Amino acid sequence: MLNVTGIQVFYGNIHAIKDVSFYVKEGEIVTLIGANGAGKSTILKTISGLIHPATGTIEFLNQSIVNLSPHKIVHKGLAHCPEGRRLFLQMSVEENLEMGAYSREDFNIEEEIADVYQRFPRLKERRRQLAGSLSGGEQQMLAIGRAMMAKPSLLMLDEPSMGLAPILVEQIFELIGGLNNAGTTILLVEQNAQMALSIADRGYVLETGSIVITGSAADLLNNEQVKKAYLGG
Amino acid sequence: MTFLSHLISGISLGSIYAIIALGYTMVYGIAKMLNFAHGDVIMVGGYMSFIAMIYFGWPPLLSILFAMVVCTVLGILIEQLAYKPLRAAPSLAVLITAIGVSYFLQNAAQLIFSANHKSYSSVVPFGSLRLFNDRLIISGTTIVTIIVCIVIILALNTIVNKTKIGKAMRAVSEDKDAAQLMGININKTISITFAIGSALAAVAGVLLCSAYPILMPTTGAMPGIKAFTAAVFGGIGSIPGAFLGGILLGIIEILGKAYISTQLSDAIVFAVLIIILLVKPTGLLGKKVLVKV
Repeated sequence: MLNVTGIQVFYGNIHAIKDVSFYVKEGEIVTLIGANGAGKSTILKTISGLIHPATGTIEFLNQSIVNLSPHKIVHKGLAHCPEGRRLFLQMSVEENLEMGAYSREDFNIEEEIADVYQRFPRLKERRRQLAGSLSGGEQQMLAIGRAMMAKPSLLMLDEPSMGLAPILVEQIFELIGGLNNAGTTILLVEQNAQMALSIADRGYVLETGSIVITGSAADLLNNEQVKKAYLGG
Repeated sequence: MTFLSHLISGISLGSIYAIIALGYTMVYGIAKMLNFAHGDVIMVGGYMSFIAMIYFGWPPLLSILFAMVVCTVLGILIEQLAYKPLRAAPSLAVLITAIGVSYFLQNAAQLIFSANHKSYSSVVPFGSLRLFNDRLIISGTTIVTIIVCIVIILALNTIVNKTKIGKAMRAVSEDKDAAQLMGININKTISITFAIGSALAAVAGVLLCSAYPILMPTTGAMPGIKAFTAAVFGGIGSIPGAFLGGILLGIIEILGKAYISTQLSDAIVFAVLIIILLVKPTGLLGKKVLVKV
Protein backbone atom coordinates (compact mmCIF):
# COMPACT_ATOMS: atom_id res chain seq x y z
CA MET A 1 0.00 0.00 0.00
CA LEU A 2 2.79 2.39 0.98
CA ASN A 3 6.30 1.94 -0.36
CA VAL A 4 9.07 4.22 0.79
CA THR A 5 12.39 3.65 -0.96
CA GLY A 6 15.72 5.24 -0.19
CA ILE A 7 14.55 8.63 1.02
CA GLN A 8 17.06 11.20 2.21
CA VAL A 9 15.97 14.37 3.95
CA PHE A 10 18.10 17.38 4.84
CA TYR A 11 17.30 20.29 7.12
CA GLY A 12 19.85 22.75 5.82
CA ASN A 13 23.14 20.98 6.50
CA ILE A 14 21.67 18.42 8.83
CA HIS A 15 21.20 15.01 7.28
CA ALA A 16 17.99 14.08 9.08
CA ILE A 17 16.93 10.95 7.19
CA LYS A 18 19.59 8.69 5.72
CA ASP A 19 18.47 6.30 3.02
CA VAL A 20 15.33 5.02 4.73
CA SER A 21 13.20 2.33 3.06
CA PHE A 22 10.15 0.58 4.42
CA TYR A 23 6.69 -0.51 3.42
CA VAL A 24 3.19 -0.87 4.83
CA LYS A 25 0.80 -3.50 3.53
CA GLU A 26 -2.92 -3.06 3.43
CA GLY A 27 -4.59 -3.92 6.73
CA GLU A 28 -1.41 -3.76 8.80
CA ILE A 29 -0.43 -1.74 11.80
CA VAL A 30 3.20 -0.80 11.33
CA THR A 31 5.10 1.15 13.93
CA LEU A 32 8.21 3.28 13.75
CA ILE A 33 9.89 3.43 17.13
CA GLY A 34 12.95 5.27 18.27
CA ALA A 35 14.22 7.96 20.58
CA ASN A 36 13.45 11.64 20.40
CA GLY A 37 15.13 13.14 17.36
CA ALA A 38 15.61 9.83 15.56
CA GLY A 39 13.64 11.19 12.61
CA LYS A 40 10.27 9.51 13.10
CA SER A 41 8.19 12.64 12.68
CA THR A 42 10.31 13.80 9.78
CA ILE A 43 9.52 10.58 7.94
CA LEU A 44 5.77 11.09 8.42
CA LYS A 45 6.01 14.72 7.31
CA THR A 46 7.91 13.61 4.23
CA ILE A 47 5.23 11.07 3.37
CA SER A 48 2.42 13.59 3.80
CA GLY A 49 4.23 16.12 1.62
CA LEU A 50 5.04 18.79 4.20
CA ILE A 51 8.73 18.12 3.56
CA HIS A 52 10.23 17.09 0.24
CA PRO A 53 12.99 14.48 0.26
CA ALA A 54 16.26 15.18 -1.56
CA THR A 55 16.19 11.72 -3.13
CA GLY A 56 14.07 8.60 -2.95
CA THR A 57 10.61 7.53 -3.95
CA ILE A 58 7.32 7.27 -2.07
CA GLU A 59 4.48 5.28 -3.59
CA PHE A 60 0.98 5.14 -2.20
CA LEU A 61 -1.49 2.71 -3.82
CA ASN A 62 1.04 2.24 -6.65
CA GLN A 63 1.20 5.94 -7.46
CA SER A 64 4.16 8.18 -6.77
CA ILE A 65 3.25 10.89 -4.28
CA VAL A 66 6.72 12.24 -3.77
CA ASN A 67 6.35 15.76 -5.07
CA LEU A 68 2.64 16.27 -4.54
CA SER A 69 1.42 19.02 -2.26
CA PRO A 70 -0.01 17.85 1.07
CA HIS A 71 -3.66 18.58 0.27
CA LYS A 72 -3.50 16.36 -2.82
CA ILE A 73 -2.02 13.51 -0.81
CA VAL A 74 -4.86 13.77 1.71
CA HIS A 75 -7.36 13.55 -1.13
CA LYS A 76 -5.81 10.21 -2.11
CA GLY A 77 -6.80 8.78 1.27
CA LEU A 78 -3.64 9.22 3.31
CA ALA A 79 -4.29 11.14 6.53
CA HIS A 80 -1.66 12.36 8.97
CA CYS A 81 -2.45 13.15 12.60
CA PRO A 82 0.56 15.31 13.40
CA GLU A 83 2.78 15.45 16.46
CA GLY A 84 1.61 17.92 19.06
CA ARG A 85 -1.98 17.51 17.85
CA ARG A 86 -2.00 20.79 15.93
CA LEU A 87 -5.70 21.41 16.50
CA PHE A 88 -7.37 24.63 15.41
CA LEU A 89 -7.58 26.07 18.90
CA GLN A 90 -9.73 29.05 17.96
CA MET A 91 -12.33 26.80 16.36
CA SER A 92 -14.95 24.72 18.09
CA VAL A 93 -14.66 20.99 18.65
CA GLU A 94 -17.22 20.29 15.97
CA GLU A 95 -15.58 22.66 13.50
CA ASN A 96 -12.31 20.81 14.00
CA LEU A 97 -14.08 17.58 13.09
CA GLU A 98 -15.61 19.25 10.03
CA MET A 99 -12.12 20.35 8.95
CA GLY A 100 -11.02 16.74 9.27
CA ALA A 101 -13.58 15.84 6.62
CA TYR A 102 -12.53 18.72 4.36
CA SER A 103 -10.98 16.46 1.73
CA ARG A 104 -14.16 14.47 1.26
CA GLU A 105 -16.38 15.16 -1.68
CA ASP A 106 -19.54 13.99 0.06
CA PHE A 107 -21.06 16.34 2.56
CA ASN A 108 -22.68 13.58 4.52
CA ILE A 109 -20.38 13.73 7.50
CA GLU A 110 -23.00 13.52 10.25
CA GLU A 111 -22.49 9.77 10.54
CA GLU A 112 -18.75 10.06 11.21
CA ILE A 113 -19.26 12.93 13.64
CA ALA A 114 -21.74 10.75 15.51
CA ASP A 115 -19.22 7.89 15.42
CA VAL A 116 -16.47 10.08 16.88
CA TYR A 117 -18.84 11.33 19.58
CA GLN A 118 -19.82 7.78 20.40
CA ARG A 119 -16.18 6.82 20.88
CA PHE A 120 -15.41 10.01 22.80
CA PRO A 121 -18.52 11.14 24.70
CA ARG A 122 -16.46 13.92 26.31
CA LEU A 123 -16.14 15.59 22.93
CA LYS A 124 -19.88 15.55 22.43
CA GLU A 125 -20.39 17.37 25.72
CA ARG A 126 -17.92 19.98 24.54
CA ARG A 127 -18.85 20.18 20.87
CA ARG A 128 -19.48 23.94 20.95
CA GLN A 129 -16.42 24.81 23.02
CA LEU A 130 -13.21 26.06 21.48
CA ALA A 131 -10.65 23.31 21.03
CA GLY A 132 -8.19 25.50 22.94
CA SER A 133 -10.30 25.16 26.09
CA LEU A 134 -10.03 21.35 26.19
CA SER A 135 -7.69 19.44 28.46
CA GLY A 136 -4.66 17.73 26.95
CA GLY A 137 -6.35 14.33 26.86
CA GLU A 138 -9.48 15.69 25.27
CA GLN A 139 -7.37 17.49 22.69
CA GLN A 140 -5.66 14.22 21.80
CA MET A 141 -9.05 12.54 21.38
CA LEU A 142 -10.12 15.38 19.15
CA ALA A 143 -6.93 15.14 17.08
CA ILE A 144 -7.53 11.43 16.45
CA GLY A 145 -11.23 12.01 15.85
CA ARG A 146 -10.38 14.73 13.36
CA ALA A 147 -8.05 12.40 11.45
CA MET A 148 -10.75 9.70 11.41
CA MET A 149 -13.16 12.14 9.76
CA ALA A 150 -11.25 11.92 6.49
CA LYS A 151 -12.06 8.18 6.35
CA PRO A 152 -8.49 7.51 5.21
CA SER A 153 -7.33 4.17 3.88
CA LEU A 154 -3.96 4.81 5.56
CA LEU A 155 -3.81 6.76 8.79
CA MET A 156 -0.47 8.01 10.11
CA LEU A 157 -0.47 8.78 13.82
CA ASP A 158 2.41 10.72 15.35
CA GLU A 159 2.82 10.14 19.09
CA PRO A 160 -0.87 9.70 19.93
CA SER A 161 -0.02 8.77 23.53
CA MET A 162 2.19 11.77 24.23
CA GLY A 163 1.43 13.50 27.52
CA LEU A 164 -1.56 11.32 28.38
CA ALA A 165 -2.47 9.57 31.61
CA PRO A 166 -1.94 5.77 31.44
CA ILE A 167 -5.67 5.02 31.42
CA LEU A 168 -6.11 7.32 28.43
CA VAL A 169 -3.12 5.79 26.68
CA GLU A 170 -4.82 2.43 26.90
CA GLN A 171 -8.05 3.84 25.60
CA ILE A 172 -6.28 5.48 22.65
CA PHE A 173 -4.47 2.26 21.73
CA GLU A 174 -7.69 0.29 21.97
CA LEU A 175 -9.22 2.77 19.59
CA ILE A 176 -6.33 2.42 17.16
CA GLY A 177 -6.79 -1.35 17.22
CA GLY A 178 -10.50 -0.87 16.60
CA LEU A 179 -9.90 1.42 13.64
CA ASN A 180 -7.55 -1.14 12.19
CA ASN A 181 -10.12 -3.92 12.61
CA ALA A 182 -12.60 -1.73 10.79
CA GLY A 183 -10.26 -1.66 7.79
CA THR A 184 -7.94 1.30 8.27
CA THR A 185 -4.26 0.62 7.71
CA ILE A 186 -2.12 2.33 10.32
CA LEU A 187 1.39 3.73 10.42
CA LEU A 188 2.13 4.54 14.03
CA VAL A 189 5.01 6.59 15.35
CA GLU A 190 5.57 6.16 19.08
CA GLN A 191 8.03 6.63 21.86
CA ASN A 192 5.98 4.25 23.96
CA ALA A 193 7.50 1.24 22.22
CA GLN A 194 5.90 -1.31 24.53
CA MET A 195 2.38 -0.16 23.73
CA ALA A 196 3.09 0.35 20.06
CA LEU A 197 4.57 -3.11 19.57
CA SER A 198 1.72 -4.69 21.53
CA ILE A 199 -0.80 -3.72 18.86
CA ALA A 200 1.44 -3.62 15.77
CA ASP A 201 2.03 -6.31 13.17
CA ARG A 202 5.52 -5.14 12.29
CA GLY A 203 7.94 -2.51 13.45
CA TYR A 204 10.99 -0.55 12.40
CA VAL A 205 13.51 0.83 14.87
CA LEU A 206 14.98 4.16 13.92
CA GLU A 207 18.27 5.58 15.19
CA THR A 208 19.62 8.97 14.12
CA GLY A 209 17.89 8.91 10.78
CA SER A 210 18.46 5.27 9.79
CA ILE A 211 16.51 2.08 10.24
CA VAL A 212 18.63 -0.21 12.39
CA ILE A 213 16.34 -3.10 13.24
CA THR A 214 13.21 -4.41 11.59
CA GLY A 215 10.95 -7.35 12.15
CA SER A 216 7.57 -8.55 13.32
CA ALA A 217 6.27 -6.90 16.46
CA ALA A 218 6.68 -10.16 18.38
CA ASP A 219 10.32 -10.47 17.29
CA LEU A 220 11.06 -6.90 18.25
CA LEU A 221 9.48 -7.35 21.67
CA ASN A 222 11.93 -10.22 22.27
CA ASN A 223 14.94 -8.59 20.65
CA GLU A 224 17.65 -7.98 23.27
CA GLN A 225 18.80 -4.73 21.72
CA VAL A 226 15.26 -3.37 21.53
CA LYS A 227 14.49 -4.49 25.04
CA LYS A 228 17.54 -2.71 26.39
CA ALA A 229 17.09 0.52 24.50
CA TYR A 230 13.33 0.97 24.29
CA LEU A 231 11.48 -1.39 26.58
CA GLY A 232 13.21 -0.52 29.81
CA GLY A 233 14.94 -3.79 30.37
CA MET B 1 -27.52 68.60 16.64
CA THR B 2 -24.25 69.54 14.95
CA PHE B 3 -22.56 66.93 17.11
CA LEU B 4 -24.99 64.28 15.89
CA SER B 5 -24.34 65.36 12.35
CA HIS B 6 -20.57 65.07 12.83
CA LEU B 7 -21.02 61.71 14.48
CA ILE B 8 -22.99 60.40 11.53
CA SER B 9 -20.37 61.64 9.04
CA GLY B 10 -17.76 59.99 11.22
CA ILE B 11 -19.59 56.67 11.14
CA SER B 12 -19.95 56.99 7.38
CA LEU B 13 -16.26 57.72 6.82
CA GLY B 14 -15.49 54.99 9.32
CA SER B 15 -17.63 52.57 7.31
CA ILE B 16 -15.39 53.15 4.31
CA TYR B 17 -12.27 52.61 6.44
CA ALA B 18 -13.85 49.48 7.86
CA ILE B 19 -14.53 48.00 4.42
CA ILE B 20 -10.92 48.66 3.40
CA ALA B 21 -9.58 47.43 6.74
CA LEU B 22 -11.42 44.12 6.24
CA GLY B 23 -9.27 43.50 3.17
CA TYR B 24 -6.08 44.23 5.10
CA THR B 25 -7.04 42.14 8.06
CA MET B 26 -8.24 39.09 6.10
CA VAL B 27 -5.12 38.98 3.96
CA TYR B 28 -2.94 39.44 7.02
CA GLY B 29 -4.83 36.74 8.90
CA ILE B 30 -4.40 34.19 6.15
CA ALA B 31 -1.23 35.06 4.25
CA LYS B 32 0.50 36.74 7.25
CA MET B 33 1.50 39.65 5.06
CA LEU B 34 0.65 43.34 4.89
CA ASN B 35 -0.63 44.05 1.42
CA PHE B 36 0.25 47.72 1.11
CA ALA B 37 -1.04 47.72 -2.46
CA HIS B 38 -4.54 47.27 -1.08
CA GLY B 39 -5.15 51.03 -0.95
CA ASP B 40 -4.32 51.37 -4.62
CA VAL B 41 -6.81 48.69 -5.57
CA ILE B 42 -9.39 51.12 -4.13
CA MET B 43 -8.20 53.72 -6.59
CA VAL B 44 -8.47 51.23 -9.46
CA GLY B 45 -12.03 50.48 -8.31
CA GLY B 46 -12.77 54.20 -8.42
CA TYR B 47 -11.43 54.58 -11.95
CA MET B 48 -13.16 51.46 -13.25
CA SER B 49 -16.56 52.56 -11.98
CA PHE B 50 -15.88 56.06 -13.32
CA ILE B 51 -15.07 54.72 -16.78
CA ALA B 52 -18.08 52.46 -16.78
CA MET B 53 -20.42 55.28 -15.84
CA ILE B 54 -18.96 58.12 -17.91
CA TYR B 55 -17.52 56.40 -20.99
CA PHE B 56 -19.72 53.33 -21.28
CA GLY B 57 -22.78 55.11 -19.90
CA TRP B 58 -23.62 52.16 -17.68
CA PRO B 59 -25.98 52.52 -14.72
CA PRO B 60 -24.30 52.83 -11.28
CA LEU B 61 -25.02 49.29 -10.07
CA LEU B 62 -23.61 47.69 -13.19
CA SER B 63 -20.60 50.00 -12.98
CA ILE B 64 -19.94 48.95 -9.40
CA LEU B 65 -20.17 45.32 -10.42
CA PHE B 66 -17.72 45.98 -13.24
CA ALA B 67 -15.29 47.64 -10.81
CA MET B 68 -15.61 44.69 -8.45
CA VAL B 69 -14.90 42.17 -11.19
CA VAL B 70 -11.84 44.09 -12.44
CA CYS B 71 -10.47 44.53 -8.92
CA THR B 72 -11.05 40.87 -8.06
CA VAL B 73 -9.06 39.81 -11.10
CA LEU B 74 -6.41 42.42 -10.30
CA GLY B 75 -6.16 41.23 -6.69
CA ILE B 76 -5.70 37.60 -7.75
CA LEU B 77 -3.13 38.65 -10.39
CA ILE B 78 -1.14 40.70 -7.87
CA GLU B 79 -1.09 37.76 -5.49
CA GLN B 80 -0.08 35.25 -8.16
CA LEU B 81 2.59 37.38 -9.82
CA ALA B 82 4.07 39.35 -6.94
CA TYR B 83 3.44 37.52 -3.68
CA LYS B 84 3.10 33.83 -4.46
CA PRO B 85 6.72 33.43 -5.63
CA LEU B 86 7.75 34.87 -2.25
CA ARG B 87 5.72 32.46 -0.12
CA ALA B 88 8.90 31.13 1.53
CA ALA B 89 10.79 34.46 1.51
CA PRO B 90 11.41 36.60 4.61
CA SER B 91 8.51 38.89 5.45
CA LEU B 92 10.59 41.99 4.75
CA ALA B 93 10.96 40.95 1.09
CA VAL B 94 7.18 40.56 0.84
CA LEU B 95 6.60 43.93 2.48
CA ILE B 96 8.95 45.72 0.08
CA THR B 97 7.30 43.95 -2.85
CA ALA B 98 3.91 45.14 -1.63
CA ILE B 99 5.16 48.73 -1.53
CA GLY B 100 6.55 48.23 -5.03
CA VAL B 101 3.20 46.96 -6.28
CA SER B 102 1.56 50.00 -4.68
CA TYR B 103 3.82 52.43 -6.58
CA PHE B 104 3.42 50.41 -9.73
CA LEU B 105 -0.37 50.73 -9.59
CA GLN B 106 -0.22 54.46 -8.84
CA ASN B 107 2.17 55.12 -11.69
CA ALA B 108 0.30 52.89 -14.12
CA ALA B 109 -2.85 54.83 -13.27
CA GLN B 110 -1.01 58.09 -13.86
CA LEU B 111 0.15 56.87 -17.24
CA ILE B 112 -3.31 55.72 -18.29
CA PHE B 113 -5.56 58.31 -16.69
CA SER B 114 -3.04 61.21 -16.23
CA ALA B 115 -2.35 62.91 -12.94
CA ASN B 116 -5.23 65.35 -13.39
CA HIS B 117 -8.07 64.65 -11.07
CA LYS B 118 -11.46 63.61 -12.33
CA SER B 119 -14.62 64.73 -10.63
CA TYR B 120 -16.65 61.77 -9.65
CA SER B 121 -20.38 62.00 -9.26
CA SER B 122 -21.99 60.01 -6.49
CA VAL B 123 -23.44 56.65 -7.43
CA VAL B 124 -26.29 57.24 -5.00
CA PRO B 125 -29.28 58.41 -6.99
CA PHE B 126 -31.35 59.88 -4.17
CA GLY B 127 -30.99 63.07 -2.22
CA SER B 128 -30.53 63.91 1.43
CA LEU B 129 -32.60 62.95 4.38
CA ARG B 130 -33.77 66.09 6.22
CA LEU B 131 -34.77 65.78 9.85
CA PHE B 132 -35.78 68.16 12.66
CA ASN B 133 -36.80 71.05 10.40
CA ASP B 134 -33.64 70.74 8.36
CA ARG B 135 -31.42 70.98 11.38
CA LEU B 136 -30.02 67.52 10.65
CA ILE B 137 -29.26 66.73 7.04
CA ILE B 138 -27.88 63.33 6.15
CA SER B 139 -26.82 62.79 2.54
CA GLY B 140 -27.98 59.77 0.60
CA THR B 141 -24.35 58.75 0.10
CA THR B 142 -23.79 58.71 3.85
CA ILE B 143 -26.81 56.50 4.46
CA VAL B 144 -25.91 54.10 1.67
CA THR B 145 -22.31 53.87 2.86
CA ILE B 146 -23.34 52.88 6.36
CA ILE B 147 -25.88 50.35 5.13
CA VAL B 148 -23.41 48.79 2.67
CA CYS B 149 -20.83 48.45 5.43
CA ILE B 150 -23.31 46.70 7.70
CA VAL B 151 -24.38 44.33 4.93
CA ILE B 152 -20.75 43.51 4.12
CA ILE B 153 -19.80 42.81 7.70
CA LEU B 154 -22.82 40.54 8.20
CA ALA B 155 -22.13 38.70 4.95
CA LEU B 156 -18.45 38.22 5.78
CA ASN B 157 -19.30 37.02 9.24
CA THR B 158 -21.60 34.41 7.74
CA ILE B 159 -19.02 33.32 5.19
CA VAL B 160 -16.25 32.98 7.73
CA ASN B 161 -18.32 31.17 10.37
CA LYS B 162 -20.76 29.09 8.39
CA THR B 163 -19.30 28.11 5.03
CA LYS B 164 -16.75 25.45 4.24
CA ILE B 165 -14.39 27.89 2.54
CA GLY B 166 -14.74 30.36 5.42
CA LYS B 167 -13.86 27.71 7.96
CA ALA B 168 -10.94 26.69 5.77
CA MET B 169 -9.76 30.33 5.87
CA ARG B 170 -9.84 30.31 9.64
CA ALA B 171 -7.99 27.00 9.70
CA VAL B 172 -5.28 28.33 7.36
CA SER B 173 -4.92 31.50 9.41
CA GLU B 174 -4.36 29.46 12.53
CA ASP B 175 -2.05 26.69 11.34
CA LYS B 176 -1.00 26.34 7.72
CA ASP B 177 0.59 22.92 8.02
CA ALA B 178 -2.32 21.41 9.92
CA ALA B 179 -4.73 22.95 7.40
CA GLN B 180 -2.84 21.28 4.57
CA LEU B 181 -3.02 17.96 6.37
CA MET B 182 -6.82 18.36 6.38
CA GLY B 183 -6.69 18.56 2.59
CA ILE B 184 -7.07 22.33 2.36
CA ASN B 185 -5.39 23.92 -0.65
CA ILE B 186 -3.49 26.85 0.86
CA ASN B 187 -2.83 28.64 -2.42
CA LYS B 188 -6.46 28.49 -3.42
CA THR B 189 -7.54 29.77 -0.01
CA ILE B 190 -5.11 32.69 -0.23
CA SER B 191 -6.34 33.52 -3.76
CA ILE B 192 -9.95 33.55 -2.57
CA THR B 193 -8.99 35.83 0.30
CA PHE B 194 -7.32 38.26 -2.09
CA ALA B 195 -10.35 38.07 -4.36
CA ILE B 196 -12.76 38.94 -1.54
CA GLY B 197 -10.51 41.70 -0.20
CA SER B 198 -10.11 43.26 -3.64
CA ALA B 199 -13.82 43.12 -4.42
CA LEU B 200 -14.41 44.93 -1.12
CA ALA B 201 -11.72 47.46 -2.08
CA ALA B 202 -13.68 48.20 -5.27
CA VAL B 203 -16.83 48.85 -3.25
CA ALA B 204 -14.83 51.07 -0.89
CA GLY B 205 -13.42 52.95 -3.88
CA VAL B 206 -16.88 53.68 -5.23
CA LEU B 207 -18.16 54.81 -1.83
CA LEU B 208 -15.06 56.88 -1.13
CA CYS B 209 -15.28 58.69 -4.46
CA SER B 210 -19.01 59.20 -3.98
CA ALA B 211 -18.38 60.90 -0.64
CA TYR B 212 -15.20 62.77 -1.62
CA PRO B 213 -15.65 63.25 -5.35
CA ILE B 214 -12.05 63.74 -6.41
CA LEU B 215 -10.47 60.82 -8.24
CA MET B 216 -6.75 60.72 -8.98
CA PRO B 217 -3.98 58.09 -9.00
CA THR B 218 -3.15 58.73 -5.33
CA THR B 219 -6.78 58.66 -4.18
CA GLY B 220 -6.36 55.28 -2.48
CA ALA B 221 -3.07 55.93 -0.74
CA MET B 222 -4.11 57.87 2.36
CA PRO B 223 -7.38 55.99 2.99
CA GLY B 224 -5.36 52.81 2.54
CA ILE B 225 -2.89 53.82 5.24
CA LYS B 226 -5.70 54.92 7.55
CA ALA B 227 -7.62 51.71 7.03
CA PHE B 228 -4.44 49.79 7.77
CA THR B 229 -4.23 51.83 10.97
CA ALA B 230 -7.84 50.92 11.67
CA ALA B 231 -7.07 47.24 11.19
CA VAL B 232 -4.15 47.43 13.64
CA PHE B 233 -6.24 49.56 15.99
CA GLY B 234 -8.98 46.91 16.10
CA GLY B 235 -6.51 44.01 16.25
CA ILE B 236 -5.05 42.85 12.95
CA GLY B 237 -6.39 39.50 11.79
CA SER B 238 -9.73 40.06 13.51
CA ILE B 239 -12.78 40.81 11.35
CA PRO B 240 -14.89 42.43 14.11
CA GLY B 241 -11.71 44.31 15.04
CA ALA B 242 -11.40 45.79 11.55
CA PHE B 243 -15.02 46.87 11.70
CA LEU B 244 -14.71 48.46 15.13
CA GLY B 245 -11.33 50.02 14.34
CA GLY B 246 -12.61 51.50 11.08
CA ILE B 247 -15.73 53.05 12.62
CA LEU B 248 -13.82 54.46 15.61
CA LEU B 249 -11.12 55.88 13.37
CA GLY B 250 -13.71 57.61 11.19
CA ILE B 251 -15.44 59.11 14.22
CA ILE B 252 -12.16 60.28 15.77
CA GLU B 253 -11.07 61.83 12.49
CA ILE B 254 -14.30 63.75 11.89
CA LEU B 255 -14.72 64.89 15.50
CA GLY B 256 -11.05 65.89 15.59
CA LYS B 257 -11.58 67.95 12.43
CA ALA B 258 -14.73 69.53 13.78
CA TYR B 259 -13.69 70.37 17.32
CA ILE B 260 -9.90 70.45 17.48
CA SER B 261 -8.17 71.24 14.25
CA THR B 262 -8.62 70.39 10.60
CA GLN B 263 -4.88 70.34 10.00
CA LEU B 264 -4.18 68.15 12.97
CA SER B 265 -6.94 65.61 12.40
CA ASP B 266 -4.61 63.02 10.84
CA ALA B 267 -2.08 63.55 13.60
CA ILE B 268 -4.83 62.98 16.17
CA VAL B 269 -5.84 59.74 14.46
CA PHE B 270 -2.32 58.35 14.55
CA ALA B 271 -1.72 59.60 18.09
CA VAL B 272 -4.76 57.64 19.26
CA LEU B 273 -3.37 54.57 17.50
CA ILE B 274 -0.06 54.93 19.31
CA ILE B 275 -1.79 55.29 22.68
CA ILE B 276 -4.02 52.26 22.10
CA LEU B 277 -1.07 50.14 21.05
CA LEU B 278 0.91 51.21 24.11
CA VAL B 279 -1.92 50.13 26.37
CA LYS B 280 -3.02 47.08 24.39
CA PRO B 281 -0.39 45.93 21.89
CA THR B 282 -2.68 43.40 20.19
CA GLY B 283 -5.26 46.09 19.34
CA LEU B 284 -8.76 46.41 20.73
CA LEU B 285 -10.04 42.96 19.75
CA GLY B 286 -6.71 41.29 19.02
CA LYS B 287 -6.44 37.74 20.22
CA LYS B 288 -3.81 36.37 22.47
CA VAL B 289 -3.07 32.93 21.20
CA LEU B 290 -3.59 30.28 23.78
CA VAL B 291 -1.23 27.35 23.63
CA LYS B 292 -1.65 24.20 25.62
CA VAL B 293 1.08 21.62 25.84
